[in-house]
Amino acid sequence: MITSAIIPRPLAKLPWRLIFIVLGIAGFGLIVLYSAAGGSIRPWAVKQAIVFVGFLAIAIGMSWMKESTIKAIAFPLYGVTLVMLIGVEGLGFVSKGARRWLDLGPIRLQPSEFMKPAIVLTLARFYELVPAAEIRKWRAIWPALALLGVPAVLILVQPDLGTCIMVVLCGVTVMFLAGLPWWIFVGPLAAVGVAAPIVYSMMHGYQRKRIDVFLDPEGDPLGAGYHIAQSKIAIGSGGIWGKGFLHGSQSHLQYLPEGHTDFVFATMAEEWGLVGGVILICAFGAVINWGMRVSQNARTRFGQLAAAGLSATIFFYVSINLLMVMGLAPVVGVPLPLVSFGGSAVMTIMLCLGLLMALERQQRTVSRLI
Amino acid sequence: MKHVRITTAHQSITFSRRMMLLGGAQAAVGGLLIGRMGWLAIAQNQKYQLLSESNRVQLIPVPPRRGWIIDRAGKPIAINKASFRVDLIPQQIVNGPQVISELQRLMNLPPDEVDRITRELAASRGFQPVSVADNVPYEYYAAITVRLPDLPGVAASRGFTRFYPGGSTVGQLVGYVGAASAAEYEKENKNPLLLIPGVKIGKEGLEKALESTLRGEPGGQRVEVTARGKLVKELDPKPDRSGGTVQLTIDSELHEYAARRIGDQSAAVVVIDVASGDILAMPSMPSFDPNNFSDGISGNEWKQLSGDDHLPLVDKALESLYPSGSTIKPSMAMALLNAGVDRTQKVNCTGAFQLGNHTFHCDKRHGPVDMDAAVVHSCDVYFYSMCLRVGAEKLSPMIRSMGFGEKFDLPFDNQRYGTVPDPDWMMRKYHRKWQGYDTVNMSIGQGMVLINPLQLAVMASRLATGKRVVPRLLKNTPVVPQTQLAVDQDHLDFIRKAMWGVVDHGTAAGAKLPLDGIQMAGKTGTAQTHNLAAHERGDYTSATWKLRDHSLFMAFVPFDNPRYAAATIVEHGGFGAAVAAPLIRDTLTFLYDKPKAIAALQTFEQALGGTLEERLARKTGAWRSANGLPPAASKA
Repeated sequence: MITSAIIPRPLAKLPWRLIFIVLGIAGFGLIVLYSAAGGSIRPWAVKQAIVFVGFLAIAIGMSWMKESTIKAIAFPLYGVTLVMLIGVEGLGFVSKGARRWLDLGPIRLQPSEFMKPAIVLTLARFYELVPAAEIRKWRAIWPALALLGVPAVLILVQPDLGTCIMVVLCGVTVMFLAGLPWWIFVGPLAAVGVAAPIVYSMMHGYQRKRIDVFLDPEGDPLGAGYHIAQSKIAIGSGGIWGKGFLHGSQSHLQYLPEGHTDFVFATMAEEWGLVGGVILICAFGAVINWGMRVSQNARTRFGQLAAAGLSATIFFYVSINLLMVMGLAPVVGVPLPLVSFGGSAVMTIMLCLGLLMALERQQRTVSRLI
Repeated sequence: MKHVRITTAHQSITFSRRMMLLGGAQAAVGGLLIGRMGWLAIAQNQKYQLLSESNRVQLIPVPPRRGWIIDRAGKPIAINKASFRVDLIPQQIVNGPQVISELQRLMNLPPDEVDRITRELAASRGFQPVSVADNVPYEYYAAITVRLPDLPGVAASRGFTRFYPGGSTVGQLVGYVGAASAAEYEKENKNPLLLIPGVKIGKEGLEKALESTLRGEPGGQRVEVTARGKLVKELDPKPDRSGGTVQLTIDSELHEYAARRIGDQSAAVVVIDVASGDILAMPSMPSFDPNNFSDGISGNEWKQLSGDDHLPLVDKALESLYPSGSTIKPSMAMALLNAGVDRTQKVNCTGAFQLGNHTFHCDKRHGPVDMDAAVVHSCDVYFYSMCLRVGAEKLSPMIRSMGFGEKFDLPFDNQRYGTVPDPDWMMRKYHRKWQGYDTVNMSIGQGMVLINPLQLAVMASRLATGKRVVPRLLKNTPVVPQTQLAVDQDHLDFIRKAMWGVVDHGTAAGAKLPLDGIQMAGKTGTAQTHNLAAHERGDYTSATWKLRDHSLFMAFVPFDNPRYAAATIVEHGGFGAAVAAPLIRDTLTFLYDKPKAIAALQTFEQALGGTLEERLARKTGAWRSANGLPPAASKA
């Protein structure tokens, strides 16, 4: 919030600190994309800038939405997304062996992206409706499991393991914060330990290979372990201060695969070093922290749960990507939001931020008397 | 489930608590990420910097030129010839049989070669190029080059081929080179140099023994390349260093002459400069042509070579062992003199010698012979009786000091040294007592006595000089100082005189040097390979080749001031004087009068039906038709 006589009131009421941080991250991302293209704004930086500005405008526009409006669209949004997910199965456009895209004339939509905020809003809405006394009852659990399970399975069979994991984690976070009993979370964790080998045996070849490689990346450094190995070389060789802008050999000589998308962090770290990495991580931390504060300050249960869930979405996005890039998690194909090239992640993050800004505005403008 | 009534207040507390937990977890993940990044970028920075650098910079090895092997006068024995070559890179081949048949059409490859290529391609390990042809004529090279886009996996390049001007005459001496096998590649810790098409390493003989000198240091073009192998820029190159030249003590003309003079026999000749111990010639024939080996030989060529009973794949000068036969007699006479035998004392030779219930024969009835006559006419009975009188203990040390059974430090890893037996050795090896008949057998170089041709030549050198002549083959190794042998000068003079008598009026009288003023001293030998009855001996045509005696001769010239010593062992050559002595005569003549020696060789080769190359071609043709194969395509 900026208080100044010069700036018009609606603008001054925007959460400028957040917007500056987001602009900083995205701007840094554009610089990295410029370098990843060998010192050129084409083909990535320009496109990315346009997409980012577009979605930033949408997000700011969304910040005027009322909480009641958000509540009202929660279930319909979920329903429409679910229908689109089913549609992808039937009419989906196959790219890189996975059926993820829905071709709607000029726009190609990846409905699973919408599912991330949609599941958060839906579960938040659902738990708002559940009376406090009922929260530990079976009635409060199974509908949520169904709401979460159906899209998760649909996304898993596309197959898109990364998005599936994210949707499940977002949903589970909302359920956790809603106050469901502990055994709901501890039980499945134990079950996962037991079921992991069975799931493993049912996975697609490429998914299974990624897990093998994660468990033993040195086993196949030129084959499937190549991504992780090269990414670690890029990050490790950057050192504290990095090799300097436009001087990353790993990315420029194309040893680093997907250096502009999933592994953009490695491209950045090679040139900007540990310093660049820590700054970027802290910037994301600030964004997430801002979202968590919105949740803590929220006065409605829906606001609390939705804001926490949306921040968690951003958190999972960032952390899964970074864990993967640094060799701490299997390669599951999750981009680094705002930095990786590609519109889907920007869209999801901006939708989340738009909703968070809307919720935050409610806190500041609506009377504290409910 | 607990029956606690949960209120909104409860819920609010739960929410705050769990928010704390969630926030804490998020902070923990953030900390983990920063810690991990610090670990990679600080603690392991050096390791990853190294990896990144080895990604960025690739070294394209530039093979060094292999060092030359030259003779004592600087004439080439093994050199490099600029050539075109065609290889197959197994990893890049899309359709193997189609590519091979296309190459066969373009290059007119004989079916033998196609077989070899197919075989090697099947056995290759992907990274290792398979040679299609070395030494490709320019027209074929050009034809392949223009079609390269349609022939994935085919590589045509310019390079160097090893060339041996002496052909098969130097085969056993220098060995051959070839592309490294998978095992050799592993043994050298995957030296990338060995993978470059056209890089050959020594496989046998001197080429193998001198590999470290001959190979040189590969250079490299350091380049920055992308992950897809696209060249970005060239960095400063690392220059290559050619292999070192190795000079041999061999006189290549003499060596080649001796090799050709061997004719169709299976034999080795060794010529030594007695002053220095330099080996001037050491051919072993028949041999393989190392020029054919360097680009890999076909299965049929290999079959022909390995099936030949004249053993072209064995270096007979160093690897084969034979009984010395009568060539041991001069040294034996020396040992008798040393033991105090009176050289004028006569032994009556009746043509046979009775020991216990066994009769030992002499090749004729010599009558009463003294030591001189016994050497000159090679009387066995004299040596049987005298050696029995003296005893083996006093004989063996002298024989050994003359070079039999001695190990020489030469750059070959497959030498065999033979035996000079004595009672101790007999006990160690066969656990039996030395018997009189062992002495009798040893006295004429039969029984347990086994030598190689080099040792025979060394013995001739030592008898010629009375010094411990040590052979050497590499010009840059120091000459071993020649110590005086423990022999009387008077004895030595007597033995030399007797050996002169052998050539002047004895068993080798037919092999006098056709030179004025230069006379040869020598000793013939005939080594039994089978126990033939008396009436069969000398009747060589009735025995098959394999049953014949080996023919030996050792000599030195000039007899009064020795300069050169020579020896030969002709496998199954028959009587020593008939084959071996003329061979040495002509070889030594070459050292003094080349035109005369060359004329003798021409006459000799005419009688055999052509030069070495002509006879070899005919032999191959005969072998191929006998094995139902079409005539070999001539190598371009």
